[in-house]
Amino acid sequence: MTGSVPTVPSGIDNWPEFAGNTETLACPDCDLLQVVPELPPGGKASCARCGRTLATQAADPIERPLALSIAALLVLILANTAPLMGLSVVGQQASTTIAGGAWQMWLQGQELTAIVVAFCAVFAPAAYLLCTLAVLLAARRPPAARWVGELLRWAEAMQPWSMVEVMMLGILVALIKIAELATVEPDIGMYAVGVLMLLIPAIQSSFDPEAIWKRVTWADDGSPPADGAVQADGPLNLWSAP
Amino acid sequence: MTISALTAARAGLVSCGTCGLLAAPTSPAAPGHCPRCGARLAARRRGSVETTWALVIAAAICYVPANLLPVLGTTTLGSTEYDTIMGGVVFLFTSGSWPLALIVLIASVMVPLGKLLALAYLLITVQRGSVASNRERTRLYHLVVFIGRWSMLDVFVDTFTVALVQLSPLMSVQPGAGVVFFAAVVVLTMIAAESFDPRLIWDAGTETEPDVA
Repeated sequence: MTGSVPTVPSGIDNWPEFAGNTETLACPDCDLLQVVPELPPGGKASCARCGRTLATQAADPIERPLALSIAALLVLILANTAPLMGLSVVGQQASTTIAGGAWQMWLQGQELTAIVVAFCAVFAPAAYLLCTLAVLLAARRPPAARWVGELLRWAEAMQPWSMVEVMMLGILVALIKIAELATVEPDIGMYAVGVLMLLIPAIQSSFDPEAIWKRVTWADDGSPPADGAVQADGPLNLWSAP
Repeated sequence: MTISALTAARAGLVSCGTCGLLAAPTSPAAPGHCPRCGARLAARRRGSVETTWALVIAAAICYVPANLLPVLGTTTLGSTEYDTIMGGVVFLFTSGSWPLALIVLIASVMVPLGKLLALAYLLITVQRGSVASNRERTRLYHLVVFIGRWSMLDVFVDTFTVALVQLSPLMSVQPGAGVVFFAAVVVLTMIAAESFDPRLIWDAGTETEPDVA
């Protein structure tokens, strides 16, 4: 049973055979079934039909993103508490934080916009980083509990809505617009947002969700089957034995 | 192409949308749950074309007031001046920072429109069963997903301008009614892109009925 797909139609005779620890996957973009061989560290497998990356083998899928997400959480706290920039014009002074920006929108009658801004600038990045951190901490000692999978799902759902880099560009444009009218000074918060803008993509590129899923306890019977045995009832699993 | 492409759908298998595990559904009508992550299995995202169309149309409707209504109002010594998104681009251009004017023009005007057109094109070609340039259409889909967030730029620009310039009676800036429509366009197109299933692009050229019962 190892490594064989029981449902290969008779018309297909070029089904590849690889030695070692292979896995059968369907491309998430085009649904093509393919066997992914064991990848070397830093290796990447692409779909034969549409070119989408099917699997990656990060050199260090746990410790590196873990260190980066701890750093990012500390910077996130700074970015959200320190003032972003200060303004001074004819003796008057003003400054703002990220939450202060959303709050001012709320006060000016744009409640919905304020919620969108608060969600994309504060809630989503914080939720993404907290979920990623919890997932990585729990995955250090496999098998990880079921809730790790749930949090991983949350982290992936929050990722597109976490818009730190868009906000950074938005702050810069606002700064240049206001510089026409008054003296504006970037403050600590803005530098923190800049650092966060570099840390979050670094987490994303070193993080491998598949490496986490392999460590999570299976939903149906508690542990991943050791060989490619077909389960009698319910979904079948096609993982092959090493 | 004469190569018979073996897809998961043709093999009677389902790739879990959450964790990517290849699983055998309990039955084609009711695929059941993923054995690894417990998510509900679906061969294709449920109601993908209908949901995406609904969101694209809603976003297209919001796109009109987003561009016609003012996004910012500047009050200087009692008189208020309103600016639309294009007005903001013109302001940046005339004040000498044309690279920023270009960034805002691309992110706020061209990207949302391009996203709506790209999604409509993908939906129409999928509904017509087109088999041409599948790879390019898949790439276009990923471009739409990747670039979508950048349209939020103007919402952030307006937010931080409003937050900082509150120096009444000298000068104050208020958000205009256009901002919320603009934010709605971005949010709706992002959800639309996520609800579209790129596997539909490839389904026209390949048989999707399982060979084995």
